[in-house]
Amino acid sequence: MLTSGIILLSGGLLNPNPGLIFWTAVTFVIVLVILKKIAWGPIVSMLEEREKGIQSAIDRAHTAKEEAESILKKNREMLAKADAEADRIIREGKEYADKVRTELTEKAQAESQKMIAAAKEEIEQEKRRALDVLRNEVADMAVKGAEKIIRTSLDAERQKAVVNDMIREMAAKRN
Amino acid sequence: MRVKANAKILALIVPVLLGLNSLSGVNSAYAETQAHESLPAAAAPAAVHAPAEAHDAHGTEAAGAHGSHEEKAGDVIMHHVQDSNVLAFEPFGEIVLPHIEVAGYDLSITKHVVMMWIAAVILLLVGAAAGAGIKKISIRQAPSGIANVIEALVDFIRLDVAKSNIGHGYEKHLPYLITVFFFILVCNLLGLIPYGATATGNINVTLTLSIFTFLITQIAAFKELGVGGYVKHLTAGTHWSLWIIMIPIEIIGQFTKPFALTIRLFANMTAGHIIILSLIFISFILKSYIVAAAVSVPFAIFIYLLELFVAFLQAFVFTMLSALFIGLATAHEEHDSHELEASGHH
Repeated sequence: MLTSGIILLSGGLLNPNPGLIFWTAVTFVIVLVILKKIAWGPIVSMLEEREKGIQSAIDRAHTAKEEAESILKKNREMLAKADAEADRIIREGKEYADKVRTELTEKAQAESQKMIAAAKEEIEQEKRRALDVLRNEVADMAVKGAEKIIRTSLDAERQKAVVNDMIREMAAKRN
Repeated sequence: MRVKANAKILALIVPVLLGLNSLSGVNSAYAETQAHESLPAAAAPAAVHAPAEAHDAHGTEAAGAHGSHEEKAGDVIMHHVQDSNVLAFEPFGEIVLPHIEVAGYDLSITKHVVMMWIAAVILLLVGAAAGAGIKKISIRQAPSGIANVIEALVDFIRLDVAKSNIGHGYEKHLPYLITVFFFILVCNLLGLIPYGATATGNINVTLTLSIFTFLITQIAAFKELGVGGYVKHLTAGTHWSLWIIMIPIEIIGQFTKPFALTIRLFANMTAGHIIILSLIFISFILKSYIVAAAVSVPFAIFIYLLELFVAFLQAFVFTMLSALFIGLATAHEEHDSHELEASGHH
């Protein structure tokens, strides 16, 4: 420390030297000019370009992300809409099917009722016709029987009574 | 004048120097007598006995011999740190540099000029390589090798030094700041290699660089503020009654900034070298291998590593402060006008 103190104070270190100042200035300016041209210019412009490139890449990524998000949102909306549509269609189909089924059932029931009624009617008619036929047959048979009886015993009085009895009987039976 | 000053300083510190010298003398005598004994054992008693015997020696021994011995060490250190007209390559010889004188001015090529030129050549080669490397690659590719290193430093100076201190319009000053950083850095590092010398440890070199900063600061301030703004800047926005104090202070402030830059760089680089050399010379003065092995070499290595750090740090500090001064000179008034605008809006 003391040694350095002596050196500093004994001069030399702080002596001005115009030659050195001149050479420093010249050297520095030359280095500055050349390096500005060959090194700092390209490097700084490259750095700036890269900065811009990175910024634009970030911007692009952001816009792409926003776009993707909007598309996703749209897709979701569409999917939800499609779901709702499908639900609606199914519901409507079900309702229609129910309606058709009830209609058909009702129609079938009505038809069967009608058919049953018609059948009953027909049965009644047939019955009535059969009764008529039977009545005619019975009358014929009675006439034939009477004929036979008459032929075998021509007892008019008795016959008459018999016939009358028969007729009465038949009438009573009929009613 | 100088001889007188020398004599005064010598008179002040001769007792201390004598103490040191007698200490060395005792130590060497001790080493001679106990040469065959183990050295570490000898070191401890020497340290214990030295102060007491030093007092005796102080009374008996003559002053002249020791004084000259100390001057020799100082001369060597001074010779190493100072500029000279020879490039010494001990023990191989030396190159005597040409002496040039133009119009009465001494423009001779000195050791520091040569070192600066070496630094310039290194810078130009590195810069050319980096520039070529940058030009070769496209914008989408990452730079490699030397271009990558330079680009990282350039980007650091661009963003953390220039942009953050100067603000808008920093691009104009960028080439100067980058160049001054690399120039000082290479000059600093050249002083740390064998046979090298620190050009930035010469006050003339640092003064020149500071003058560049000073000129750039003043020109930038004039361009940015105009003459009226520049004068207004000198009043520092104070009341007119304070101007008689403020204006001289501000004008002095304009000059203290480059002065501080000059002294800071010069002192840092010189001090480191003087400390390294002083540490080495302790072992020569004390004539002891133990001191050399235990003190001089480890501490010198430590200071050397510190110097490596300081080489980068001082290059950064000079650049940083240059940017700061430019920023202070240009952006301050703008800030005020912004404030005025803001208050006008309210």
